[in-house]
Amino acid sequence: MKSAVIVFPGSNCDRDVAVALQQVTGTAPEMVWHGGNELPKVDLIVLPGGFSYGDYLRSGAMASHSPVMREVVKRATGGTPTLGICNGFQVLTETGLLPGVLMRNAGLKFLCKDVWLRVENTDSLFTGRYRKGEIIRVPVAHGEGNYFADDATLKELEDNAQVAFRYVTRDGTVSDEGNPNGSRNNIAGIFNRRRNVLGMMPHPERLAEAALGGIDGRRLFESLVDAL
Amino acid sequence: MDQEEFHTVKARIYVTLKPGVLDPQGKAIQHALAALSFDGVDDVRQGKFFEVSLAETDRAAAEKRLDAMCRQLLANTVIENYAIELE
Repeated sequence: MKSAVIVFPGSNCDRDVAVALQQVTGTAPEMVWHGGNELPKVDLIVLPGGFSYGDYLRSGAMASHSPVMREVVKRATGGTPTLGICNGFQVLTETGLLPGVLMRNAGLKFLCKDVWLRVENTDSLFTGRYRKGEIIRVPVAHGEGNYFADDATLKELEDNAQVAFRYVTRDGTVSDEGNPNGSRNNIAGIFNRRRNVLGMMPHPERLAEAALGGIDGRRLFESLVDAL
Repeated sequence: MDQEEFHTVKARIYVTLKPGVLDPQGKAIQHALAALSFDGVDDVRQGKFFEVSLAETDRAAAEKRLDAMCRQLLANTVIENYAIELE
């Protein structure tokens, strides 16, 4: 499985996700600088976490217009599996590949902690190794992870089973208590309609080996290896 | 005034959150104003303001270009409205 990690000025999880990909797939991903128009032919494109362009204007807004993104949008629209983590999710919404927007956390504070997620849909390239309804622990680290979409868009996401992960309490309850940032419907990650694009605020690459304190994130990458 | 300035349109662009979109920053500012004893502040909504100088002689054309800029970059129309004022 060949993958590419897009590196923007201000990305800071590009190497973390590269390590996770290398360990799980056995192949180091290509690190692709945002400024070029060239993107190697790969099975997976990853937009990593960080603070591209210092979050100027809106998080992800500037990066979504980087030269390489034209090709990323083209490939993703054409069906290439594409994963956006944290800032990568913000970039995906800014490009329009995923609906909605990530707003300032409802509590206004930057959050850096482990959260509980419920796996909502295992019928995808990204989530095949999880069990439906399984509760997993994955870290978040963001100031703007408050998922917002209008009622019609939310209904479409729910009706088409496009919600991948939801924030929950440890016992799996979807409630305000389990919602760290005010996201509508406790949404932590969504697919596009075709389910070849996944955007999520939590960082699976940060809990992808036992030495990091957990392995719940690892299966996301293993799912991709199975599927690709 | 040099020749250049005759060809520049100046615009003020206001980007505001759509009604109904929660604005936790605006709320925090409202509470801070109350803490400073400013009574009767019923609501505060925070937005963005841009001043854009554009090399363009035709005002209608300028307006059209500014509108495209707002839609493509300056505003996220999922949550924000924008208004353009030409000087």
